[in-house]
Amino acid sequence: MTEAIIKRMIELPSTHLLGTGTPMCAGCGGLSALHEIYDVLGTNNVFVNAAGCMTLLSVYPFTPFRGSWLYTAMASAPAGAQGIRDALDILIEKKRIAPEEDMDVVVLTGDGAAYGMGLSSTSNTIDQNLNYIYICYDNEGYGNTGQQTSPATPHAATTSTSKDYPGYKKDLFSIWVANKPTYVATVIGAEPLDLAKKIEKAKQLKGPRMIIALAMCPAGWDFDPKHSIEIGKLAIKTGVFPLKEYIDGKVVHTRIPRHRTPVEEYLKLQGRFRHLFEPERDEEQLAEIQARIDTYWEKVLSDQE
Amino acid sequence: MTRQLITGNGAAAWGARLANVDYVPAFPITPQTEIIETISRWVDSDQMNARMVTLESEHSMITAAGAAATTGIRVFTATSSQGLLYGMEMIYTVAGWRAPFVMVNVSRGLAAPITLESDHNDIMAARDCGFLQIHCMTCQDVLDNVLIAYRLAEHHDVRLPVFVNLDGFYLSFTREPVSIPDSKEAFAYVGDYDPENIRFRASSPESQAVAVLGGSPYSYFRYETHLANMNGLRVYDEITTEFAERFGRNYAPVETYHCDDADYVFFMTGSFSTKAKEAVDRLRDADWQIGLVQLRMMRPYPEQMLKTTLAGKKAVAVIDQNISMGKGGVLHQELTSVLYGDHDAPAIVASFIGGLGGRDISSEEFYQIAKVLKQAVSDNKTPAPRLLYTETEMREFKKLQAIAHVERDDLGSHKKRTGA
Repeated sequence: MTEAIIKRMIELPSTHLLGTGTPMCAGCGGLSALHEIYDVLGTNNVFVNAAGCMTLLSVYPFTPFRGSWLYTAMASAPAGAQGIRDALDILIEKKRIAPEEDMDVVVLTGDGAAYGMGLSSTSNTIDQNLNYIYICYDNEGYGNTGQQTSPATPHAATTSTSKDYPGYKKDLFSIWVANKPTYVATVIGAEPLDLAKKIEKAKQLKGPRMIIALAMCPAGWDFDPKHSIEIGKLAIKTGVFPLKEYIDGKVVHTRIPRHRTPVEEYLKLQGRFRHLFEPERDEEQLAEIQARIDTYWEKVLSDQE
Repeated sequence: MTRQLITGNGAAAWGARLANVDYVPAFPITPQTEIIETISRWVDSDQMNARMVTLESEHSMITAAGAAATTGIRVFTATSSQGLLYGMEMIYTVAGWRAPFVMVNVSRGLAAPITLESDHNDIMAARDCGFLQIHCMTCQDVLDNVLIAYRLAEHHDVRLPVFVNLDGFYLSFTREPVSIPDSKEAFAYVGDYDPENIRFRASSPESQAVAVLGGSPYSYFRYETHLANMNGLRVYDEITTEFAERFGRNYAPVETYHCDDADYVFFMTGSFSTKAKEAVDRLRDADWQIGLVQLRMMRPYPEQMLKTTLAGKKAVAVIDQNISMGKGGVLHQELTSVLYGDHDAPAIVASFIGGLGGRDISSEEFYQIAKVLKQAVSDNKTPAPRLLYTETEMREFKKLQAIAHVERDDLGSHKKRTGA
C-alpha cells in the first residue's frame, strides 16, 4: 500500500503540464481528465496511443506533451507499450543507457480500443505482468468517427448507429480485476481530488495498471459544453458511474453516494437519452435503468456490512 | 567457422544469434515455429543474450518489434502466411516508423483453402509496404542474408525494416550443409546497433509516428520512405562486397546461371529456382542455349540490373509461385513493366504459374516450358499465360471430387432417412 501525499483540493498540482491549443472539442471530459492526470504523472513518460480522438493531440509538427509519444494503431497500443518497456529494460540491463534515461510507459486510448479491438493486446500485457499504466478515456462510443455504438455504449443511448441501444455497457473494470493486475481505478475529471489520489497511487506501483476515465462528450452525448462538469458530477451523484479502485486484491468504492440523485437527472441533460423523455416519458426504460443502478449499490453496501 | 547440416529455420535462428539481437517478440505459426523454438532454447541456456516475449498475435508481435526498434535496440522476429496477413496493418505502420529490424517470413500459401505448404502469395502481399525484401534460395542464403539484412536495415541511407524470405518446407524443414560463421567474425561484420535519431530517452523527449493533416506532409514522408527503400540497392552492393571479403560468399540482387550466351531464360525466385538450375544443366546437355535468372532482391526492385541481364535474349519464361487473382503472376507483371520500351528487351516474356501450396515443378515441366519458349520465338507470338497442372493431377483431383460428391450425397440421404 502506498502513502497518498495529496489529501486536499488545495494540494492538487497547478502545473498545467499539458499544453493548450489542441483540437479536442470544447467541454471534452477526456481532455479535462488527461490534464489532471498529466499534472500528477509528470512528464517523464512515453505515451503510446491508439486510434481515437486523442490521436489528434499530436499532429505534425505540434504536441501538447512535454514527454514522448508513439502512435501505434487502434488494436495494439498495449503491444507498443510492451516493446518500449522491454527495450528500455534491455538498454538499462545492458548498460547502454543510464538508469536516469528510463521513463514510465503509458497507454492512452479511447473506449473503442480499450473495450473492444484492443482487448487482445491488452490481455497479453496482463499475462506478461507488464509494467505500465493504461489510461482509457471512455466517452461511450466511437467518438472520433461521430459517436457510433461501441462496446462501452450504455443501455438506451442513441448513437449514430443505434436508436435506443438495446445492449449494456461492457464491464471493463471487472474484466481487468478478474485477472488480478496491480491496480484498476475509475476516475472522472469532474472529481479532481479522487482522480489525483488514484493517479498518485498508480504512479507508485509497478505492473499493469488501468485507469478508466469517464469522458463527458458534448458532441457525442449531445449537450452544451458548459454542462460538462455538471454532467460529470451527476454521473457520480446518481451512481451511474461508480468511482472505485482495485488494489491489494480488493475492490474499494472511493465515493459512495448514499443519497443517490435519481438517474433521470443525469439522463435528461443529454440529447442521446432525449427519447426517454420526449414525446412522452418511457417509464419502463427509466425504471429499468434506475433499478440496475440501485441493485449495483445495494450489493456494494451489503458487501460492506 | 563450422559446417553443419541445418534446416532453413535453423539457419534463420543462427542469423539472429550471430547478429547479437537484443529482443525477439514471437508468435508461433507453421512452418516458422522452429525458428522461435530454437531461439528460445538458446536464450534459456544463455547462448543468446536476448529477451524473448510471446505476444498474443502477429499484429501485436509486429507492433512490439517496431516499438522496441524505435526505442533503440536490435530486434528480430519471424512469421509466415496467415500470420503475416494478420499483422499486415502493422507491417505498413512500422515501415512508416522507419524502424530498422529484421523479420523472417517462411513462405506458405494463403487461405482459402487453408494449407500449410509453400508458395509466395504471402510475401507478395507485403510488396508495397516499405520493408525491403530478400528472397533466399538455399539455407546458406538464409543465414548470410539475415546478417546482411541487419546491415541493410540499419544503414544510415536506408533505416527501414527488412524481410528475409524462405520457402516453407522446401527450405524451412530441409537440412543443407551450412557454413556457420564464427561469432566474433559475425559481430565484427554486423557491428553494434546505432539507433541514430530513432529512440526514446528521458533526456530527449521525442514524438514518433504522429498524425499529419493534409496530403502534402503525408506525401513527403511517403516519398522519403520510398527513396530510402530505393537506396537499398546501392547499400546492398556495398555491404555484400564487404561480406564476400570477410566470408568468401557473394550475393547480388540478381543471380545468373549460364545466362551470358543464353537465348532462352527461366526467371524465378526462391528455392524452386535451384530446380530450374538442374533443368538448365539437362537442357544444356541437349544443346539448348538456355540459362536462369534468379531474383534475390524483390524490394527495392533491381530494375537496371534486370534490363542489362536480359538485353538481347530471345525469350524469358517467368515462373510465378503466386497468383494475383484476376491478373496473374506478380513477377511477370513486374518484369514486363521494367522491360517495356527497351529496344533490346526480349520480344517474348511468357508467364507460367506453378508450385502453389507446395506443389512441385518437375523437370519435365521445365523442359515443356523451354519448348513453349522456342515455339513462341518461331511464331513470333507471346503465348497466353499458363497455369501448370498435369493430366495426371487432373485425373487424381477428379477422383477426390468424386469421393466428395459421394460423401455429400450419402450424408444427404442419411439425413432424409433419419429425418434429421
